[in-house]
Amino acid sequence: MFEQIVFYCFAGMLIFAGSMVITVRNPVHAALFLVLAFFSSAGLWLLLEAEFLAIALVLVYVGAVMVLFLFVVMMLDINLAALREGFARYFPVAALVAIVMMVAVGTVVGRANFGLDKVAAPTPRPSDYGNTTELGRALYGEYIWPFEIAAVVLLVAIIAAIALTLRTTRQTKAPKPERQVLVRREDRVRLVKVDAERQS
Amino acid sequence: MLALADFLIIGAILFCLSVAGIFINRKNVIVLLMCIELMLLSVNMNFIAFSHFNGDVAGQVFVFFILTVAAAEAAIGLAILVVLFRNRNSINVEDLDLMKG
Repeated sequence: MFEQIVFYCFAGMLIFAGSMVITVRNPVHAALFLVLAFFSSAGLWLLLEAEFLAIALVLVYVGAVMVLFLFVVMMLDINLAALREGFARYFPVAALVAIVMMVAVGTVVGRANFGLDKVAAPTPRPSDYGNTTELGRALYGEYIWPFEIAAVVLLVAIIAAIALTLRTTRQTKAPKPERQVLVRREDRVRLVKVDAERQS
Repeated sequence: MLALADFLIIGAILFCLSVAGIFINRKNVIVLLMCIELMLLSVNMNFIAFSHFNGDVAGQVFVFFILTVAAAEAAIGLAILVVLFRNRNSINVEDLDLMKG
């Protein structure tokens, strides 16, 4: 009973936050509602005994990715009115597509196919069970090569993000010290011989 | 008791919401990126639900990798967005016609 109350609280919060993300006018508010969505799904993941991933979601997403989003949104000076046009025009199409998709997916994943009689609820783990331990065993054992590839993906992402946003000296007016020290007197100073003016 | 279907339906609702968001926010690249994040979140929800109800930790390992790729995608996407804004002074999708596509 307690589990169901928690589930419906977090699920309601998640759906509310998700619908606000796609409808609010201001991108800053959308980012903040996305933070709420991540928090409530972390709560749902705790119900599913995925403690490590729930905490990782809060730390990595809310702590890093969403701060990055907020940073970029606030840094850009966006014309909000131009970005909102077409909202009312596309809304019926979007609602239609979403409802049709929801009906289609809902008939497949509903209680008829994935109810308690089809997939029994697992027995709760004992209190000394460590989700992090088991996940670590899987990550560093069976999935060690995918884990290394994930590390390479992150490295590539770092390099790509820096390479994309780095302003090279071609774009900036910064002086180049290595060329400044190479300048000799002959390059800059020119002596001009001028005849003395005649006294009249 | 909570069934697997409850969690799957939550994931499906979230996925449909983000698809609708991509439709109605066609102009704003930032909100499009946020909708993609929501979509990945709903997929992660399905993975974790199946992992819990099947008693197999492999689903959680996959969620870990999806989180990694999503973080990389967000970083590169926002970097592209910053460069785009610097060059075109706009993040409207309609203005992105440099390649005449």
